[in-house]
Amino acid sequence: MSTDLDALYQDIILDHYKNPHHKGLRDPFESEVHHVNPTCGDEVTLRVHLSDGPDGAVVQDVSYDSVGCSISQASASVLTDLVIGKPVDEAMTIHQTFLELMQGKGQVEPDEDVLEDGIAFAGVAKFPARVKCALLSWMAWKDATTQAQSEGAPS
Amino acid sequence: MEGLLPDLDVIRKDFPILERTLAGGVPLVYLDSANTSQKPQVVIDTMVDHLERHNANIARAMHQLGAEATEAYEGARDQVAGFLNASSRNEVVFTKNATEALNLLARTIELGPGDNVVITEMEHHSNIVSWQLACERSGAELRWFGLTDDGRLDMGNADQLVDEHTKVVAFTWVSNMLGTINPVTDLVARAKAVGAYSVIDASQAAPQLPVDVQATGCDFLVFTGHKVTGPTGIGVLWGREQLLNELPPFHGGGEMIETVTMARSTYAKAPHRFEAGTPPIVEAVGLGAAVDYLRHIGLDAIHRHEQAITAYALEGLQSVPGLTVLGPLDAADRGGAISFELDGVHPHDIAQVLDSRGVAVRAGHHCAKPAHARFGVQSSTRMSSYLYTTPAEIDALVESLHHARSYFKVG
Repeated sequence: MSTDLDALYQDIILDHYKNPHHKGLRDPFESEVHHVNPTCGDEVTLRVHLSDGPDGAVVQDVSYDSVGCSISQASASVLTDLVIGKPVDEAMTIHQTFLELMQGKGQVEPDEDVLEDGIAFAGVAKFPARVKCALLSWMAWKDATTQAQSEGAPS
Repeated sequence: MEGLLPDLDVIRKDFPILERTLAGGVPLVYLDSANTSQKPQVVIDTMVDHLERHNANIARAMHQLGAEATEAYEGARDQVAGFLNASSRNEVVFTKNATEALNLLARTIELGPGDNVVITEMEHHSNIVSWQLACERSGAELRWFGLTDDGRLDMGNADQLVDEHTKVVAFTWVSNMLGTINPVTDLVARAKAVGAYSVIDASQAAPQLPVDVQATGCDFLVFTGHKVTGPTGIGVLWGREQLLNELPPFHGGGEMIETVTMARSTYAKAPHRFEAGTPPIVEAVGLGAAVDYLRHIGLDAIHRHEQAITAYALEGLQSVPGLTVLGPLDAADRGGAISFELDGVHPHDIAQVLDSRGVAVRAGHHCAKPAHARFGVQSSTRMSSYLYTTPAEIDALVESLHHARSYFKVG
């Protein structure tokens, strides 16, 4: 059973948990959301700052404050690594890829070119109770980004 | 160890699920009984037998099976009345669960502007939100007892909280998070002194303490079937017969009426007044078998067992570096649920590591977010024992917590 546990708690996840990237709330931002996992109480407050790019909006910054388990914290850290600096369209594609991996019940082969450290979460997909932990900040980011775009922010 | 049930090995054999192993062949160490208890063979067999041989709708089927099913369902009401030492079987109303029983009261007790309802900060969400909704609807004020640092009710301002405008004092007998056993008699007396209804949530008490509704002096008491070794889908509202008959109906439908015309209806007396529609029949029958099983072992003996296990667990848990127990540290006045924090490891992660070793606990806010907020924590890990829990299982928990610390490289 410890092999399954090790599949869940990859070193990459534990590293991000101990030393989260881009953590803390920063200005400027166009939208801020607060998402909770009602079953366990994990929470994230997440801000998105978009800027104009040559081919549409770019994710200039994602900042967040959160409390929760190693999976939810590491997932927020990996999210920021993957989407900051990317055009919104591309970031949304990465979001979709991560979502498919998480909802794939462990049957989806992760694409390292797209997900980078995010492939470490492949093991999480085998633990249905933990999928929501991994998705908490990703859902918050999508929500915040959609709001930022619809509120007439740079596009 | 003193206080343990003398036939613990035999009792464990009554619960077939305790024999099973989990992934990797590890044995089950079930320490989540405050969440739901496991079921003895007699409950399983009683329910199977009812479905195989006696199934029919109750009270309306004019045939032999209907008579047998009605007898079984109403027999369960007698069994629950005995379990609670109710003075009349008419005082036992079957509901879906304790939550529905509390909502029934919050929906039917008349409240208005100027009235207040007093609850406590250690309630399960079901005994908070149902009264919040009632107060929002009626304009009544919601008040609550705060908690002391060691997890007991702060009675310091009790005289100000419960006053002549108080209509309801609703509180848990045993906290599902802190384990605290509350001063039931004192709280009931305070309600009575101002003419308020007293409502006891006995969801955690009924499994592990002798519950005598007449001795408590309360007006209403609720509990749920699945925590007293019965099935899910069945709960109980007990109320004084006269008070139940004074309350307006909750759900309208079949079986709760005297007569119906297109213009108006008149209503049956309790308990049927509150049992609209086809009730959970086999679940009630299973609950009847469950409370008989507990009475056969003896609630006093079960309580002593829980106290012995709880004392042993409190001692073991405190041997884990960085572990903080939330709630009273004296087993004598607490129930068998112990919530704790472990420095540097989130409850979710603790529960996951424990699960990989077969140890089942609960992690999260246990439907008691305000009580967690009171102690400045977002969530906790909770172990909860029951009549089938052994000291060896507590050892397995403590050993697994040491392992969790090393797995997450804490300390």
